[in-house]
Amino acid sequence: MSDLPLVRLAGVSKGFVKGKDAITIFDKLDLAIPAGDFVAVMGPSGSGKSTLLNLLGGIDRPDTGEVQVAGSRIDALSEGELSAWRAAHIGFVFQFYNLMPMLTAAQNVELPLLLTRLGKADRRRHVETALTIVNLADRAKHYPREMSGGQQQRVAIARAIVSDPELLLCDEPTGDLDRTSADEILGMLKALNRDLGKTIVMVTHDPAAARYARRTLHLDKGHFEEKELAA
Amino acid sequence: MLRQVLAVTRINLASIPQRFWLSLSTVVAVGLVVMVLLSFLSMAAGFRRTLASSGADDVAIALRAGARAEVNSVIGRDQVRLLEDAPGLVRDAQGKPVSSAELYLVVDGIKRSSQTKANLPLRGIGEQGAAVRQGIRITGGRMFAPGSNEVVVGKSLLREFEGFELGRTVRLASGNWTVVGIFEADGSVFESEIWADLPVVQSLFNRNNVFQTMRMRLTGPDALTQLVAYNDGDPRLKLEVKSEKDYFADQSSETSDLIQKLGWPLAIAMALGALAGALNTMYSSVASRSVEIATLRAIGFGGFPAFVGTLVESLLLAAIGGVLGALFAWLIFDGFSASTLGASFTQVVFSFRLTPGLIGQGIALALVVGLIGGLLPAIRAARMPIVQGLQG
Repeated sequence: MSDLPLVRLAGVSKGFVKGKDAITIFDKLDLAIPAGDFVAVMGPSGSGKSTLLNLLGGIDRPDTGEVQVAGSRIDALSEGELSAWRAAHIGFVFQFYNLMPMLTAAQNVELPLLLTRLGKADRRRHVETALTIVNLADRAKHYPREMSGGQQQRVAIARAIVSDPELLLCDEPTGDLDRTSADEILGMLKALNRDLGKTIVMVTHDPAAARYARRTLHLDKGHFEEKELAA
Repeated sequence: MLRQVLAVTRINLASIPQRFWLSLSTVVAVGLVVMVLLSFLSMAAGFRRTLASSGADDVAIALRAGARAEVNSVIGRDQVRLLEDAPGLVRDAQGKPVSSAELYLVVDGIKRSSQTKANLPLRGIGEQGAAVRQGIRITGGRMFAPGSNEVVVGKSLLREFEGFELGRTVRLASGNWTVVGIFEADGSVFESEIWADLPVVQSLFNRNNVFQTMRMRLTGPDALTQLVAYNDGDPRLKLEVKSEKDYFADQSSETSDLIQKLGWPLAIAMALGALAGALNTMYSSVASRSVEIATLRAIGFGGFPAFVGTLVESLLLAAIGGVLGALFAWLIFDGFSASTLGASFTQVVFSFRLTPGLIGQGIALALVVGLIGGLLPAIRAARMPIVQGLQG
């Protein structure tokens, strides 16, 4: 794990208006996550865990403060620049997998590669590699409806890693899975962090899931409490 | 960018079955718009074609000055004789012009389809009456005998009106007439007429020495100028002389314009309804795909592919509707025979005619509905906040 921060938040504030009330989620939040880290973010509902993930992924913007990820001040990028930046640097894993139901596993995994300059043969090779990493090479031509929840989430992980991004952002990746499947997915994320050096930020409610991470950040009332978990 | 557009478009189109009934309602609504439009346009085109094919540019027609239709015209025998001496006319071996002074009267007939009375044209023609026109063929029976109470009837008139079968006796005004022949006239307006010997018609209808028009075969289209100059130069004539082609073009324009002026507003009014349907379908499409759109945007796809994908879906549904509407219009209306009142207040039998150009207009209208119906939902798809979209 590198000491250089891959993710750096400085003085980030974020809030929203609900009716006549202005609600603050973060107030001058600071955070640094080094490259190669695996961080679990926990906290009560409404504490801003998903908002944090959205800010790191460049799909939401802070009201004030700086968000620097993979060397870019993403809070200053335009929408078009952010799209290209996400394609190059971020892999998302969602709680409900968010696969395209009309596409096969391989076609789903291929989607991020359509944003690159890779030719068809190279894309196929990358897809095969990603599906092999998640142990689904034999299900490449299966549609999401033909797979279990755990298998669909593995396809989603393959889609997240296929373009080799530095940062994986996982929002409750096991929230829709049984314990066995959840452990399988978490083991896979741990292996991606350990063996491939992927930096992972994972939002979870599940303490058992958080134990797979190197450290856990507890987010509450707009501030972090940190807890080291694994080596 | 093209790859992104193709991928998003493919995902959009592949998800149409998830919104089958809503998408089908849009297809049907657009299809009905196109079918209604094409029914009117094919009616106008068929009517126009029937009259346009009736006129030749090497046949001149003379009418009373100011008369817009044969039924309003009157020509005296002296004028007929003067016209027979005009320059530019085709003449036979004896030097007689190939011409026909004619009487055009309105008689009653019963429409087969509605069993209602309608005005039919009875035309008294001279001995050259058939020769002055192109493409006249007796297809059943024979030509009427001069001086007899015999008539020949056009094929279209026989098809649309009762009692004109070969051998039947029909009562026209005060006299009984025998149908001795059926003729074709290359689908022209003459197929909607009853023809009889001119002197007999003049006598039975008390129109002795009165004619309404004179048709003259010209040596060529250019000879019309000579004939017009001859007519204008003789104060005893002062008739309106024009080519038969121009005469029928004038006759067709008013009715076909009226049909088109009815058809387009009706189609546009219906198109507004279809547009509402298309907007509803496409907004629903964007709403039901919000998670997919937001996921693709999160992965790195731009807003433009989401815009194009939605627009293509809308255009495709509208195009399918347009093609189906055109297909049904073609199956139902192309060649459909109908009759309507022409400029001479007599029935003109014509066939609806659906041309490729008209089909193009129908499909273009469908695409306009698809374009406008898809535009706002496509903008919404492109601008949808990703976080909001991911929440479904």
